[in-house]
Amino acid sequence: MPLVKYIEHDGTEHELHVEVGQSVMQAAVDNMVNGIVAECGGSCVCATCHCYVDEIWYEKTGEVDAMEREMIECTVDPRSTSRLSCQIKMTDELDGLVVRLPESQF
Amino acid sequence: MTQQKCIIVGASHSAVQLMISLRQSGWGGDITVISEEPYMPYQRPPLSKAYLAGDSSDDKLALRAPAVYEKLNVNFKLGLVVTAIDTNNKTVELNNGETIGFTKLALCTGARARPLPIPGADLQGVHYLRTMDDVKAIQQSATTAKTAVIIGGGYIGLETAASLTKLGVAVTVLETESRLLQRVASEITSDFYLRLHQEQGVTIKLNTLASALTGSGSVSGVVCADGQMVSGDLVIIGIGVIANTELASSAGIEVDNGILVNEFAQTSHPDIVAAGDCTNHPNSILKTNLRLESVPNATEQAKAAAASICGIEKPYAELPWFWSDQYDVKLQIAGINQGYTDVVIRGDNSSRSFSLFYLQDNRVLAADCINRPKDFMLAKKLILQGKTVDEQTLADETVELQKLIQAP
Repeated sequence: MPLVKYIEHDGTEHELHVEVGQSVMQAAVDNMVNGIVAECGGSCVCATCHCYVDEIWYEKTGEVDAMEREMIECTVDPRSTSRLSCQIKMTDELDGLVVRLPESQF
Repeated sequence: MTQQKCIIVGASHSAVQLMISLRQSGWGGDITVISEEPYMPYQRPPLSKAYLAGDSSDDKLALRAPAVYEKLNVNFKLGLVVTAIDTNNKTVELNNGETIGFTKLALCTGARARPLPIPGADLQGVHYLRTMDDVKAIQQSATTAKTAVIIGGGYIGLETAASLTKLGVAVTVLETESRLLQRVASEITSDFYLRLHQEQGVTIKLNTLASALTGSGSVSGVVCADGQMVSGDLVIIGIGVIANTELASSAGIEVDNGILVNEFAQTSHPDIVAAGDCTNHPNSILKTNLRLESVPNATEQAKAAAASICGIEKPYAELPWFWSDQYDVKLQIAGINQGYTDVVIRGDNSSRSFSLFYLQDNRVLAADCINRPKDFMLAKKLILQGKTVDEQTLADETVELQKLIQAP
C-alpha cells in the first residue's frame, strides 16, 4: 500500500499507509494526525484540511478545481503548493508523497 | 478505587468527536458507546447527497476507520436502546435488560425524522431520510421506481430531489409554504432553488399539503388537500426533525426545545453533558439560545462536552455554518439570518454563482453563498467582525470583499 509522509508544523513526522482511492485527509484523520481538522468530512466546504504538498509532488496530485482554489485562497497562509487534502485521492503514482501541515487550520 | 466510566448515548458525529476529545484530554477511564442503530459511526450529510446518488460507498461513509476505535479503546454496544437513566444511582437501563453504571454520561442522542401522520404513510415505498437504513431502503425502491414524490421542500427534500433525478427518477416536490427553504432562506435564495430544480426537470408544487398516500400494499400516489392527485411509486418525507430529548426529560434533566446545556455542554445534572442536534445551548456570538441541526455544531460542541467530563471548562462559541450540495451547485451558509432587515445581492442571482448577504442595522448577520466559496469564507469574517458595512460596496463586484474586512 502506498505511503504518505505528513510533517506537522513542529516537525513531527507521520508515515502512513494510504489506500488507493482514499483521500490524503481521511488517512490523517483516521490516524489522528495533529494539524488536520476536516470539519466537513471531505465535502470541500470548510478548508480545514489544508496542506502544503512538497514541490516535486504537486503536479502529480492532479488538477485543482475552481471551488478548491477559491477555498485555498481563504486559508490562513495559502502557498503555491497548497491543496485541500480531502481532494487529493491516493494513487500508486503518489507513493512516497510528502505533505506539510500548516501551523493552524483556523 | 472503581474505574471511571463514561457512557455515551448515540454514535454519530458528536459521539465520535467526544470520544476522541476525551482521550486527547487524558480521560483514562472506560468509554462505552450505546447506539440504537446497528452500524458503526457513519456520516449523515452524504446520505441525501453522494451516497443516495450512488457516488459513494459504505466505507467512504464511515466517520473513522475501525482501527481508530481500537486505538481509543472504546466499547460499542450497537443495536441497543437506552430506555432510562437513573440519575440518583447513576445507571442507564438498556432494552435488553442490562443496567450499566456510569461516572459521567454524554447524551448525543441527536434527532429523529418528524413523522407525517397521514393515511397511507405505512405503505411500501414510503420512506423518511435520516439513517443508513432509510437510504438503503430508498435506493432499493429507486431501482424500480419511475416517479417519486418528495414531501417537504427543505434541504433534505431538495438534496433528495437532486440525487433521485441523477438516478433517472422523475421527481415531484410538494411544499406546504409559498416557497422552498422557507425556514432558512430569503425569497431570492428560494427562487434560485426553484429555478434550479425546475431546469433539471423536477416538478415543484408550492402551497401544497399532502393529505393522504394511496396505494394497495405499495404506494402509488399522493392526494393533496386541494384535491390534486400526484403519482409516485416512491415517496420520501422530509419535513424536519424532532430532537431526541425524551430520555433526558424522563430522567428529570431540563429540556426545552432540546436538552438544555450551558456553554460548556453541561446539562442540569453535574455528571451529564449533551452535544449535537439534541441540545439547546447559548451562543455568545449570536447572543441567543438555540438548537442547531448541523455537523459543525455537533463536532465543536462535543469538544466542550469532553472537556467538561474531564473537569476542564472549555466554552463552545462558534459561528454556525451549513452546506448543501444539489446538482453542481454548492450552497454554503454562514451565520443565522434570523432578524434580518435587509438583503444585498453580490453577483447575478439569475446565474449559478452569487452571494446573498443578510443584514441587520447595516451589519452582516449571515450569507447564502451559491458556488461562491471565497465569499463564504470571507462572509464568516465579516459576520464575526460585527462592524457596519456599506451596502453598495458589498454589492459591488469590482471591489474585493477582502477590502471590507478590517485589519485587526
